[in-house]
Amino acid sequence: MKITLSFGGGGEETNKLIHNLFYKNFSNEILESAEDAAVLNVNKKIAFTTDSFTVNPLFFNGGNIGKLSIVGTCNDLAMMGAKPKYLSCSFIIEEGFDYADLEKIVKSQANELKKIDAKIVCGDTKVVPKGTCDGIFINTTGIGEIQKEGISAHNLKEGDAIIVSRDIAKHGTVIMAHRYDVETDTVSDCKLLWEEVESLIKNNINIKALRDATRGGISAVLNEWADASGVSIEIKEDKLKIDDDVIGLCEIFGFEPMDLANEGTFVLAIPQEEANKAVEILKEYNLNASIIGEVKAGNRVILKSPYGSKRYVDLPKGELLPRIC
Amino acid sequence: MSDLTLKDLYFKFRNPDTLKALSNEIHKLAKNLKEELYIMEVCGGHTHTIMKYGLKQLLPKNITFIHGPGCPVCIMPKERIDHAIALSKQEDVILATLGDMIRVPGSNSSLAKARSEGADVRPLHSTLDVLKIAKENPDKKVVFFAIGFETTTPMTPALIESSKKMGINNIYYHINHVLVPPPVKAIMDSGEAKINAFIGPSNVSVITGTKIYDFLVKDYNTPVVVAGFEPVDVMESILMIVKQKLSGNIKVENQYKRATTYEGNLNAQKLIDKYFETRDFRWRGLGDIPNSALKLKDEYKDIDAEVVFKDILPNEPIDDHKMCICGEILKGLATPKDCKVFAKGCDPTNPLGSCMVSDEGACNAYYRYDR
Repeated sequence: MKITLSFGGGGEETNKLIHNLFYKNFSNEILESAEDAAVLNVNKKIAFTTDSFTVNPLFFNGGNIGKLSIVGTCNDLAMMGAKPKYLSCSFIIEEGFDYADLEKIVKSQANELKKIDAKIVCGDTKVVPKGTCDGIFINTTGIGEIQKEGISAHNLKEGDAIIVSRDIAKHGTVIMAHRYDVETDTVSDCKLLWEEVESLIKNNINIKALRDATRGGISAVLNEWADASGVSIEIKEDKLKIDDDVIGLCEIFGFEPMDLANEGTFVLAIPQEEANKAVEILKEYNLNASIIGEVKAGNRVILKSPYGSKRYVDLPKGELLPRIC
Repeated sequence: MSDLTLKDLYFKFRNPDTLKALSNEIHKLAKNLKEELYIMEVCGGHTHTIMKYGLKQLLPKNITFIHGPGCPVCIMPKERIDHAIALSKQEDVILATLGDMIRVPGSNSSLAKARSEGADVRPLHSTLDVLKIAKENPDKKVVFFAIGFETTTPMTPALIESSKKMGINNIYYHINHVLVPPPVKAIMDSGEAKINAFIGPSNVSVITGTKIYDFLVKDYNTPVVVAGFEPVDVMESILMIVKQKLSGNIKVENQYKRATTYEGNLNAQKLIDKYFETRDFRWRGLGDIPNSALKLKDEYKDIDAEVVFKDILPNEPIDDHKMCICGEILKGLATPKDCKVFAKGCDPTNPLGSCMVSDEGACNAYYRYDR
């Protein structure tokens, strides 16, 4: 079955779509009360974020646009020390989109929500004429209860340790490989990160800054932090964990792993004396968690090679294009 | 050869201990050099390796790199990029080109901008992807904007042959393939440059062989080492040059024996000769150089986009910004940091001159890694 314009018309077909697909999968009282707006009970300080998802291809090794739309927004909340609670979800669907694909997307959204007990409490669906959108676009907005206050990109001080939660560049590599028709078994790191963050908080780790390294990769995160806090960040190249397949594909395309997107990998800044404890905690989730460097005086991101040379790491350029030769 | 794995290529040619050992050996021998060494790495790929791995920091003070003109994107004059943009704006045209070319600015736009204004521009990973695009769009004219040095040149005639075999008739070719030896000769003949050694790109010589550099030894008594692109390759090549200088036995040496020979790939050379002939070309930063590029032979004018679309192609030469010193940098007379507009008005998102344009340009590499 294909999605037709009538599915977004607000009439019978829309109703069917809402009941048979969305209510069934996202089932919760607030959503199913079907009022004009969701009414929420929130007692704590909340974090609030939104993100729109457009990915080509829609289905990739390790996930799809649906999983991404939950993981992306929930991870942004987690990075502020907030436990994801309530989400909105809007679909813009191209006429002629496969119903079975939509169902797969919705099911993986529901699957992620279950993992951290978060709920989609309101939503919207629009169907647009063929050619006016690329398959499906999803927007999710989320709020979460803050469990630890004060996490900020402005907090870095000389001497702080910089930690990465796992090996880098998986998501960006998978997407590039799919886009340029290169076969790969590599799987995106797309994953909810609240569990790891909660574990750090529960163990009283003094999290100063926390950011998931999505578009722009860890290069972007480190540059943003250096800029916001007015510091230099020195990274040891041999401490960065990168999978062999990722290295291989990056070699083929001429990409820099530090510039590539992740969807389940974060960078953490904490006082040096807590670094080992934090890495031990993170290793329970991924053995590649590692201290990659430390904060220094200055205003740049610097990469140190194991043979004694140094270079700057810059913000990556906008569009990733494969090299010529 | 067959025992080499990807991991060997990646890790062993970047091995810290090997790099340290090579650095020590170079430091030791270079003490005995009678003159300072100014080594031109012809290719932008080598510039990138040198800057990315901080190799300058591993060399003694009497060895200096001079960054050459071997970046196919950087040396493309603005008027040729304007060609690509004009072609992409034709109603019935799909413009396909490799990688970086998309973001290179012409006189007042770029292919990326043209695409945002509705032009159908396709970045390619592989030249042969053009076949698929042409097949899927039989009512369109697909123009392949071909760029690159000898390394990428053979893929263009391979595309022509494949399309003929498959009976695909809607592909046109805008040829911007350029050659390594002519600009090198032009730089040496200019008399200003203080270059006294070269490292040549291995990927070019995989196609052409190392024989293309014989003239540098014969006419200029200058050592050449054809080098791979990993940091160990580059450092080993520097050591080979130092040894040549010390022994006085000046020659063309092949460091990249794992894939390069003296003669090169004769099949590829034959294929290139079948379709192409040389032409004069205006190099961004270096000016007009005779017989320094390729064009389709007249018998293939039916598929030559420069002939087929000649009415819409602008042809005024366009100079770089007055403050830009790319020409001096390419000749080794200045470094990016000598330029008054470097990182002040000229940067990768708004390049005033050629060397800032692509990842492989000298100014771009300095901007990224050593600003």
